[in-house]
Amino acid sequence: MSSIISVANLSKTYGSGFKALKNVNLDIKQGEIFALLGPNGAGKTTLISIICGIANPSEGRVLVGGEDIQTSYRKARSLIGLVPQELHTDAFESVWATVSFSRGLFGKPKNPAHIEKVLKDLSLWDKKDNKIITLSGGMKRRVMIAKALSHEPQILFLDEPTAGVDVELRKGMWEVVRTLQQSGVTIILTTHYIEEAEEMADRIGVINKGEIVLVEDKATLMQKLGRKRLTLHLQGKVTSLPESLAHYELDLCDNGATLVYDYDTKGERTGITSLLSDLRTAGIRFNDLDTTQSSLEDIFVDLVRTS
Amino acid sequence: MNHRAIRAIYLFEMARTWRTLLQSIVSPVVSTSLYFVVFGAAIGSRISQVEGVSYGTFIVPGLIMLSVLTQSIANASFGIYFPKFTGTIYEILSAPISYFEIVLGYVGAAATKSIILGLIILATAGLFVPLHIHHPVWMLTFLVLTAVTFSLFGFIIGIWADGFEKLQMIPMLVVTPLTFLGGSFYSIDMLPPTWRTVALLNPVVYLISGFRWSFYEIADVSVAVSIGMTTAFLVICLVAIWWIFRTGYRLKN
Repeated sequence: MSSIISVANLSKTYGSGFKALKNVNLDIKQGEIFALLGPNGAGKTTLISIICGIANPSEGRVLVGGEDIQTSYRKARSLIGLVPQELHTDAFESVWATVSFSRGLFGKPKNPAHIEKVLKDLSLWDKKDNKIITLSGGMKRRVMIAKALSHEPQILFLDEPTAGVDVELRKGMWEVVRTLQQSGVTIILTTHYIEEAEEMADRIGVINKGEIVLVEDKATLMQKLGRKRLTLHLQGKVTSLPESLAHYELDLCDNGATLVYDYDTKGERTGITSLLSDLRTAGIRFNDLDTTQSSLEDIFVDLVRTS
Repeated sequence: MNHRAIRAIYLFEMARTWRTLLQSIVSPVVSTSLYFVVFGAAIGSRISQVEGVSYGTFIVPGLIMLSVLTQSIANASFGIYFPKFTGTIYEILSAPISYFEIVLGYVGAAATKSIILGLIILATAGLFVPLHIHHPVWMLTFLVLTAVTFSLFGFIIGIWADGFEKLQMIPMLVVTPLTFLGGSFYSIDMLPPTWRTVALLNPVVYLISGFRWSFYEIADVSVAVSIGMTTAFLVICLVAIWWIFRTGYRLKN
């Protein structure tokens, strides 16, 4: 699949001297759902703001659909729908008026049938004549999504779409996102809910302190998640391990008080049975054992800590 | 040219006017009527003619300009400040629309409103005093030129302001005094010579003088100078806006 967004050597330094992005390189494939994960202040929103034209980059280049966002901004921007993190809405406009306004702003001819479809898909149809100020937070969030979809974008940015949204509505939004993907829309969502990325994304990128620290297929990441760790708490401390156990690649931890063994649950043989019997033969006894599975969250926390 | 976007912004801004009809149209008309009652009827009856025109009639162009100036600034500055304040500006900035088109939408709507207002005040004035407009085309030209120029100026204030106080500050502290001292209610020929020279530094003098000339063919300065000064101010505002968008000043951090 070809790249629909291509970010090259992108840096952003704010007037205060704060470096929000440091030499970011990122390619988004056409038709995928890409989840950008990162702690607060990692640079997620800055990255999106630059791609969408809300902030100026300090250095670097961004192509959207092959068009440069600065020299060919009309073509680039008309491909993008943006749902920002904050609920920025016009209080006194009706839902219908504000969504129609967005379509006009993006230079598209009037199409009441399309607006109607968008509002119905987002369960906003019965609120179309209500003033936005009268809507609940979750509904305002959907109005913002409707505004972004009003001009039939090929790329949809969802910046923290489910922050402060209840479980039911969150699931509803995931549904909408999947339907959009099926119709060919590329979706980039930022989140700090790991489950959301796990549930939705085809690929996952992790950003921390303005740097992209990982971009990987979710499937590959999930394989890493398939690994488990067996920890044996030994009866007595062991200073070195006999040669017969070398092929298990064990780690001696806590000054020889615990033994750690990593294995793949999806492998044909985990090696646990033979390890335990070999330990017994070697005369190594233990009081207790536990197994843990690394989650995306662990990988994420590890990445964010080490970077 | 994204004409649909210009139209969308223009209509959005005009919709705000109809929604706030009372503040936008009715209140300036009421306050202008009060000026007529106080200056035209009460005080004006004690003042003899000014340059061959009755005082009540003389102040009509100045009063219209007073409203057009302040309303142009208020409309345009609020129009662009409010999206900045609520955050909805994100959509304007992310839309496939040029700076020129953004300005056209916002300033066009602000200027339209103040032109409508100016004409309503003119009609209101007609109820109080006899009016005769010598050069209606020039009258409209000055009206449009002033409305556009000061809407551009208001747009700049709206971009610059980062709080409601600042939004009020320039109109209150600069524009209102300049308008009052710019000969809305008198001819600057009535001033002592020194003050007359000082008054010529006030750009509003040229606007009001030219506008009054189109009504009664009486002017403080020559009409060509009036047009020249107004155009110069228009160009200064355009350059400032060009700079704002080129640098992203107060818009694109």
